[in-house]
This record gives sequence, C-alpha cells and structure tokens, in this order.
Amino acid sequence: MKKILLALAVVALYILHQDIWFWRTAYPLVFGFIPIGLFYQACFSVAASLLMWLLVKFAWPAHLEREIEERSSGEDAA
Amino acid sequence: MIPAIVVFLYLATVLYIGIFAFRRARGKEEAEDYFLASRSLGPFVFLFSLFGTNMTAFAILGSSGHAFSNGIVTFGLMASSSGLVIPLSIFFIGTRVWALGKKYGFMTPVQMFRDRWECGHIGTVIFAVQAVLLVPYIIIGIMGGGTTLNAISGGAVPYWFGGAIVAMVVMSYVFFGGMRGTAWVNTFQTVLFLLFGAIALIVIGVGMGGFTNAVQAIASSPALAPLLTRERISPYYFFSYTFIPLSAIAFPHILIFCLTARKMSQFKKTVIFYPLCILAIWLPCVFLGVMANRATDVPQIRAKQEARRVLATQGRTMEPEARDDLREKAAGDDVILLLLQRYAPLWLAGLLGAGIMAAVMASDSQILALSTMFTEDVFAYYGHKARFGAGVQVLTGRVFIVIITLFAYVVALRAPETIFELAIQYAFSGFAALSPLLVAALFWKGSTKWGALACTVWTASAVAAVAIFQQTVPAPAPGPSIVMWSLGGTEVLSRTPGGTAVFGFMPVVPMVIVSALLMIVVSKVTPKPKATTLSRYF
Repeated sequence: MKKILLALAVVALYILHQDIWFWRTAYPLVFGFIPIGLFYQACFSVAASLLMWLLVKFAWPAHLEREIEERSSGEDAA
Repeated sequence: MIPAIVVFLYLATVLYIGIFAFRRARGKEEAEDYFLASRSLGPFVFLFSLFGTNMTAFAILGSSGHAFSNGIVTFGLMASSSGLVIPLSIFFIGTRVWALGKKYGFMTPVQMFRDRWECGHIGTVIFAVQAVLLVPYIIIGIMGGGTTLNAISGGAVPYWFGGAIVAMVVMSYVFFGGMRGTAWVNTFQTVLFLLFGAIALIVIGVGMGGFTNAVQAIASSPALAPLLTRERISPYYFFSYTFIPLSAIAFPHILIFCLTARKMSQFKKTVIFYPLCILAIWLPCVFLGVMANRATDVPQIRAKQEARRVLATQGRTMEPEARDDLREKAAGDDVILLLLQRYAPLWLAGLLGAGIMAAVMASDSQILALSTMFTEDVFAYYGHKARFGAGVQVLTGRVFIVIITLFAYVVALRAPETIFELAIQYAFSGFAALSPLLVAALFWKGSTKWGALACTVWTASAVAAVAIFQQTVPAPAPGPSIVMWSLGGTEVLSRTPGGTAVFGFMPVVPMVIVSALLMIVVSKVTPKPKATTLSRYF
C-alpha cells in the first residue's frame, strides 16, 4: 500500500509540473517581484525534495545494502 | 585586469587540489583507485561532486541566456523538471548500479551491459555511440573557458590563450588526480558557485535599484512583459522537455560517478538535496537572465535586444545566413558576465567570475569518463590489461586524457561554437534515448542483447537524422514553423525556430518512446541470457 501511494505521489508531482494554469500571467508577484509562474516552479523543487525524502524513508532498497554488507563482512572474515 | 588575476588564482587552487589528490593516491597503481577513487567518496563530496558534474557551462551560462530571450519559463523547462527526474533516476538506477559495481567490480556501464546480456561487440557499439555523443561536451567546455577568460579580462587574454589555459588546468588535475582529484575539484567548484550565485543576485539587485522596480518596468513594457510569463513556449514543448533529464543517468560520467560512493546510504542525502541544489543555482541564473533585459545602460545588452527586435520584425524576409547572424547577436549566454561587469565591484566581479569558471570547467568528469571507458571497455576488454598489467592500464588512461584534451583544444580553435551547441542538444536527446538500456538491464529479465543493439542503433540513427535535418532546413524566423510533412491536416514534422518538432513535440519524445518499444519488441523475439546470468541480477 505504501509503495502504491508513493508511486501515485510521483505521478501526481509529474503532472503538477505541467502547470498550464499560470501560463499567461505574471500576477500576483510574490514578495513584490517574483512572477507567480516562477514561484510555483520554485515551490515544485521543494516538493520534489520532500518526495525524495519520503521515498528514502519508505521505499529505500535496503536489501541491496544488506547484500553488500553481508558480502563484505564475509570477505573480511575469510 | 583584477578579475582576471582572481580567476588565475582560482585556477591555481584547482590545480593544487588535483596534485594534492595525486599525492594522496601515491603508491596505488590500481585502475579502481585512479578511475573510481577506490569507491571511497564520503557523503559530502559525493553529493557536491555528482551535482557539480551535471552543472556545465551550458547549464549555467546557457540558462541565463535562455531566460534572457524566453523568460521565466527556463526554470520550469530545464531546472525544476531535472529536480524531479534526476534524483528519481539516481534513486532507482544509480543505487542498483552502485550495488552491482560493488558486487561484480564494474567500472563502466558497458561492462555491466556486457555481463548482463552476455555480449561482447554489442558492448563496443554502445561504447562508440556514448563516446561520440560525449566528445562535443569536452570541446564546448574548452570553448566556454576561452570565452569566459576573454570576457573577464576585458579582452586582455585572447580566446586561444584562455582556452589553452583552461584545457591545461583541467587536463593536469584529471591526469594527476584521477577520480579523487576530479571529485574534490567538483566539490570545491559547486560550493563556490552556490555561494557566489547568491552574492551575485544580491549585488546585481542592489545595483539595479531593487528587483521590484525592475520587474514592474518589465511588466509594463509590451515587448518585455511576456518574459514574466510562459507564453513564448508551447505547452507541448514544455512537456517534451521533461524527457531531457532522463539523459542524466545515461551519461557515462554520471553513472560512473554513482560507482564512487563508499556506502549506499550516501545516495540518501544526494537524492533529497539534489532538487534544492538545483533551485539554489538555477533560480538566481534564470532570474538574473530575465532581469538583464532591464540593464539597457549596458551597450552590449542593448545591441542584443535590438538584434532580437529586428529578427522578430524583419526575420521572415531575410536570408537564412543573415538570420543566423542576428540570432547569434541576440544570444544572451554572456549576460551574467555583462551584469557583473556593470554592477559588481572589480574584486567581487573576479570572485564571481571564478564561480562561473567553476561551472565552465565541468568537462573534467567527461574527460575522465571517456578515459575510463576507453581503458576498461576497449583496452582491458580486448586483452591488453592481462598482457601489460594494471600499471600500464592506468598509464594508458592518462595518455588518453592528454590526447583527448589536445584534440578538443585543436577542434575548439577551428570550429564555430554554434555547431557544438547544436551537437550538445542532440547529445541530450541521444542519451535520453539510451536510458531504456539501463531500465531494461536492471528491471526486466526478458531483455536481450539484440534489444539493446536495436535501441543503440536507433538512437545513433535518430540523432544523425535530426542533425542532418536541421543542417539542411534553415531555422525560420521567430513565429510559425515550417511544416515539412503533414498527414490529414496534422503536422508530423516541422522545422521550428529553435529546432525540430514531431507532432508538435521535441524529437526527444519519439526518440525515447521508439527506443523503449524497440527494446521490448526485439527482446521478445530473440533468445534470453542464460538462467545463471539472470540469477546474478534478479
């Protein structure tokens, strides 16, 4: 279930990147000088970072890491 | 001259870092140490060097130049989409390649493909296509170095000499320091650029009398107001561009960098912070690129705007050569340098110039990657390592670095820059079209070497076809594109002012889709690798 939700979050964020709703307007100007379309895409970058944090927390391929650690500890013992 | 002196001091520092790395590695003659820093990079160096490797002259100077002409759309087009797609590809593909590299000792992507699909010469074909797509990067890095040093010194350092200095410095620290030196230099350069990007934003903002006034002035000018929106770019084009970052993980230098992490956990910080690093570097570059349109007291910027105006109003009636000439005059790749010269004090302009040099010199990892690929995929694979030993293999890698740098320098002196800028456009699409190779190798048991060959040959042919098409049909003036082929009223193939469109999309979209389909269809009808081979991967 967790993985399905994360996959949906990835797809949702990809769709949200195509923000056609701010295509032809610069207003409102955030902080008085940042056009809304640019501000939206900057927020999108922060959201991408949060998504990556969620992926690391809940979908980290730990089995690959374990395999390598077991292998190197086996080599050290030998 | 003061900025140029600061930049020379910076170059000396970079050279010292490379030589220091060489002294650290003294006595280690193994290829794994020279080409992969013994797979021992720590989390900080891994994050910043991997990120720095992706931040080329094309990314930094090109982004502000693109924003100067097209507006804020540049950020969504090139930066935020990369902030999602690149960390995702590092998360899913980079970690797996790292684990396989640790397990089986792979040092290049082709070594993995040869083992995974039980192939030999098909691996050599993949190597050749990767190498051909990578070389223009190295050439443009040297050209960028020559241009930047020339601009920063106010013309006192000629282009040929600036290019030679940059080529020598990069060659020296890659030659001596190998991957360790390259990674340390990249880390230093990324930190420098992160720091100075923010300083540049503040200094130029204050110099322009505050961004609020500048933005209001742009918004009230009918000619400039569209730069604060995205109306100059079609939504199809915007969507197409999200396919371009697929190229990042398929670039050999990025994938080889993934093999240098000491532990897999080092990927965690890298994927989380990657979008934020992109935000920190690209947002100032794009914003300053747009704001440069207000710096009309800078004569060069005024000349660019005039060229843009003439191109838009009279471009349709001009000869293609005259149009290309105007396009070059309107290009804004040097607007950040011009803003620095106008608004920053001399010493600070030097420091910021050093930051820009840091980005321009990102061709180091591509040179090292090509050398690694040549020595591992050709020299070692065809029996020379077994014959001459590891010491000769490392020496061959170093000699290759010297040859490729000299070759790139000679070509940089003789060829016009625009050719290589175009070649880089094709290279991005080409590597994106090669990304199905990695997905298939790592996630699909049913993929075969023949599928991989089909995918590679298609990529090479498609890149060549787009290049020939764009060379044959001159770019039209800004406005409607030239329709070359339509079917039932639908535009199939068009020549646009910025490149080529297939069904309204950039060529990268059909290139990636067809590449993936070829991998699937050809693999379905050809024999699979042995079960023992598959058991090593799944």
